[in-house]
Amino acid sequence: MTTTTAVPRPPAGRIRRPVGRRGRRVPFARALGPLLVLAVWQLAATTGALDPQTLAPPGEVAATGWELIRTGDLQQHLLVSLRRAATGLAFGVAAGLLLALAAGLSRIGEALLDGTVQLLRALPILALVPLAILWFGIGEQVKIVLVALGTFFPVYLNTHAALTGQDAHWAELAQTLRLRRLDYLTRIALPGAAPGFFTGLRMSVTISWLVLVVSEQINADSGIGYLMTEARTFGRTDVIVVGLVVYGLLGLLSDTLVRLLEGRVLSWRRTLS
Amino acid sequence: MAPDTLLTTAQPPDAAVRITGLTRGFDGREVLSDVRLDIAAGEFVALLGHSGSGKSTLLRAAARLDHDARGTGTVEVPERRAVVFQDARLLPWARVLDNVVLGLDGSRAERRRLGREALAEVGLAAKERSWPATLSGGEAQRAALARALVREPGLLLLDEPFGALDALTRIRMHALLRRLCERHRPAVLLVTHDVDEALLLADRVLVLTEGRFSLDTPVERGTGRDDPEFRQLRARLLTELGVTDAGS
Repeated sequence: MTTTTAVPRPPAGRIRRPVGRRGRRVPFARALGPLLVLAVWQLAATTGALDPQTLAPPGEVAATGWELIRTGDLQQHLLVSLRRAATGLAFGVAAGLLLALAAGLSRIGEALLDGTVQLLRALPILALVPLAILWFGIGEQVKIVLVALGTFFPVYLNTHAALTGQDAHWAELAQTLRLRRLDYLTRIALPGAAPGFFTGLRMSVTISWLVLVVSEQINADSGIGYLMTEARTFGRTDVIVVGLVVYGLLGLLSDTLVRLLEGRVLSWRRTLS
Repeated sequence: MAPDTLLTTAQPPDAAVRITGLTRGFDGREVLSDVRLDIAAGEFVALLGHSGSGKSTLLRAAARLDHDARGTGTVEVPERRAVVFQDARLLPWARVLDNVVLGLDGSRAERRRLGREALAEVGLAAKERSWPATLSGGEAQRAALARALVREPGLLLLDEPFGALDALTRIRMHALLRRLCERHRPAVLLVTHDVDEALLLADRVLVLTEGRFSLDTPVERGTGRDDPEFRQLRARLLTELGVTDAGS
């Protein structure tokens, strides 16, 4: 037996391959991981390794999701949740923006508001749930109030920081151009604070879902959170997973919307990157 | 506002700027000592001096931007003033034309017409819709000049406006500024530490040393760089500024 193990030697002076990730791009690379997880999950359920009481298999989750859509239950609960999140967010963002302007643009506003807000920001918003229930009961109001409170702080803090952190040389410019107060506000102060406001808004949108999930699970008779809590009492893990998927999609969708809005309003920034 | 500084915007008969007895100090250190400065209408004055000589303080006093300063003196300057800073200071979120017409009076159409004219004058007509971040340093400074001139100022204050530009751009900006000043004839106070820039642009050059004028000399226009008188003046200014090997 001839053992001619011809190991080709690299020619002298050969160009070394770049260190790091090698080879061609894997097609659909980003979907590959999640698909693998799904496959393992389904496999575990089919072989009996995963008890449906612990976690329903993906196929069953999909079927349940479709069933919930067909009967209109999902849409109904989704609409309720969306309305709560949107109303709370609208109040929270409006209040955050207005108070940030009041505190950022006037000395009296700063004195009255900022200290108080800075004190309250240290409070985890969900710690207010017991008090909020005592005050507002368990109806729609308490959920909207909690979402509004949770979304108020990021908008206030970021907008206020952007307003007060504005470079003094803009005020100097305004003075040399003899800008009127209103022009200063609309041409310099507000556009200058817009990036801070959007940072706050994106945090607020995330927080609005977080607060909603908790308040809907505590006491509600409608909404995605209620759907999930009810499913828990019947051990329906498939419905719970459907709820999780819906929450995830809502979070993703709302963040994308804010990003799009931000891109439009702050289009001057695109030239910088 | 400095409490003991008399401010009036009544324009003196032939002088655009009349500053008398101006004293300014920060943290107990006197930056300007009893300075007197008159600038005639249409006169171009260059102010030379080291960093910390007080030249920026003087410019800020003339621009009425020195609210935080302590001091005394009388500052009479025209109501219509414009300042060009070393950084162009264009609002990054407003397009070039909107930057130029910022704070102008009049209807929107009228302001835009004036703004376009000013941009055309500085050779930036094509950039009116651009974002400031896309401009080169020279273009940004030209936009800042347009923003100043569109206000038809009686006094134009230039705070080292070309300090951050490269040498070639600076030469082009010098020519542009001379053309613009000949057309609009504002009184100009240019703060710089560039002797050649001062000699090239100004009718009169002042040297500020430790809060006082140590030299005040007219510049003959139309004399070339190789003219012995010009070279002598240049050497004198450099000596005054403490540069010994002036390489005449």
